[in-house]
Amino acid sequence: MTILDVRNLSVDYETEQGTLRALRDVSFTIEDNKIVGVVGESGCGKSTLISSIINLLANNAVLSSGEIIFQGKDIVRLSEDEMRDILGVGVSIIFQDPMQTHNPVLTVGRQMMDIQYRDKTSKEKKKEAAIDMLRVVGIPDPESRLSQYPHEFSGGMRQRIAIAMALMVKPSLLIADEPTTALDATLEVQIIEKLRELQGKINCSILFISHHLGVIAELCDEVIVMYAGEIVEHGDVRDVFHNARHPYTQALFACDPGRIKEKSKNLPTIKGSIPNLIDLPSGCIFKHRCTQRISVCDTSPAMHRVSEKQQAKCHLLTQGKN
Amino acid sequence: MTALLRVSNAVVRFPVPGGLMQNMLFRKNFIEAVSGVSFSIEEGQTYAIVGESGSGKTTLARAVAGLHHADEGSILYEDVDLVGLAEKQFKKYRRHISMMFQDPVGCLSPRLTIRSIITEPFKIQGIKNKDLDAEAKRLLEMVGLSLDFASRYPHQISGGQARRVGVARALALNPKLIIADEPTAGLDVSIQGELLNLLMSLQDKMGLSMMIITHNLNIVKHISDKMGIMYLGKIVEEGSTEDIFTNPKHPYTRALLSANPEPDPDAVIDRIRLVGEPPSLIQRPSGCEFHTRCPFAKDKCVTTAPQVTTSHANHSYSCHYS
Repeated sequence: MTILDVRNLSVDYETEQGTLRALRDVSFTIEDNKIVGVVGESGCGKSTLISSIINLLANNAVLSSGEIIFQGKDIVRLSEDEMRDILGVGVSIIFQDPMQTHNPVLTVGRQMMDIQYRDKTSKEKKKEAAIDMLRVVGIPDPESRLSQYPHEFSGGMRQRIAIAMALMVKPSLLIADEPTTALDATLEVQIIEKLRELQGKINCSILFISHHLGVIAELCDEVIVMYAGEIVEHGDVRDVFHNARHPYTQALFACDPGRIKEKSKNLPTIKGSIPNLIDLPSGCIFKHRCTQRISVCDTSPAMHRVSEKQQAKCHLLTQGKN
Repeated sequence: MTALLRVSNAVVRFPVPGGLMQNMLFRKNFIEAVSGVSFSIEEGQTYAIVGESGSGKTTLARAVAGLHHADEGSILYEDVDLVGLAEKQFKKYRRHISMMFQDPVGCLSPRLTIRSIITEPFKIQGIKNKDLDAEAKRLLEMVGLSLDFASRYPHQISGGQARRVGVARALALNPKLIIADEPTAGLDVSIQGELLNLLMSLQDKMGLSMMIITHNLNIVKHISDKMGIMYLGKIVEEGSTEDIFTNPKHPYTRALLSANPEPDPDAVIDRIRLVGEPPSLIQRPSGCEFHTRCPFAKDKCVTTAPQVTTSHANHSYSCHYS
């Protein structure tokens, strides 16, 4: 079953310089029990995408077109209250910085009980549920730690508490916005393995945002590659990592120092910078930085299905050259 | 090759606020954030310090840069001991040792233009016979920013550009040693590559020595000559980067290296799993301080602290059983 179906979503920001077209015609689906990764440079629209799903868009943002269908309902067209009822029980999010996600003046226990405010059970039951969930994410001695404040926990523990809180409502969709960037490699692996394990237990789907290609490869079933507000490639994680079809995906992977086995003091980069989204260039959005550019790139390419599980937005694919 | 910087048995302590009684008895508790660290950096070489958050990496860097006072040990810069120098005497060494801070935008004053930021070192050091406009131009060119950046403010530039400004400021007085604290945190792979290439080429041109603090193992492999792994304020393993990546000895190093996710969905990684949480610096574990999390710990590790073993090629580690 499809949990989330985003169709032709476009989001603009009204700025003093003009309309900034942050997301353009973004479409994808997330199926039951799948972990979908999103990669792309800063400024590619990853955060705008999450904000539109959970209705946290900035005041100057306009959702100019498209539908976001969550469990069969288009949440864009709902009233605030209806949307809250659906998202409140259906979607949870883990933010990037574990040091700033918790309220510093409330105990962890209080925050974990507050998050269950929709459940019509007794305080004791809620406390038990909080203790259980902390145990699940591997916090030792959870009973006594409930009365502690966030600053008494390490970064890795705080991120696990954030995961525990996000999962308290048993969401069908968990959004994780770079949850491991602030952590070092050993803790990063712990968090990834915990997410995988819990996903199996709770049967939720995960939308996982990260810069770290290694983490995406290890955790995700599918990967979406975004560039300057568009999805340029989407497919099964194996297909995309082993056989990237879009020149941007190829260039991005080539830049990953984790993939370069020989020691090198001159690391590959993608020449140029992302286009100005206020004054969009015509044609393919990546053409200025693309090393395989051809004349037809001055017109916009359409998403092309290269196999059952992989699609990419590049003219070379229809020209039979890539 | 001569060592530019030689740190031996450096200790940095911070007071821990105690209770009322304790304060009345004038008895203070301390944590040792850096606890007897020794290492040296050769001229023109790059030394990487790796370790989890809270392991004392940043404190060590700040002690070398003279931003924290080392309580014990010596920090020899060209055979002058910097520990215990009064601020006035230290000032002349500040132009030799400069620092790039962790938070790229936060370390730039929001009220100053980029030109003022990168030329401020000249003012602080009282260098009057320089044309500051010419210097600003030289520095911006060196880090690959166009001249119109001079009149911008920090909020008008991107994270990657802010890093470059940080590099320009650090290089203003032609230092011999650059300390870079997490120089690429939060950057995506392409921009990360650009910044590292810039640092490497400047190192070649100017014969800089560098000390890089990071938890990104993928970049350490490419850019550093030697590396030290820190755990609880001590260096537990040290050696040439190549040696450590091919033949890690200390169980913590092995866990850290094996935790690094591979950008390949089909990679089979034989991981060494650590148990538990990093212990508190207030109550350090007995014996080998890593025994509480070490999967190979035996009785001896609980009681006896291991000696430093030096194998070939100055590869040294402190473990009873490696």
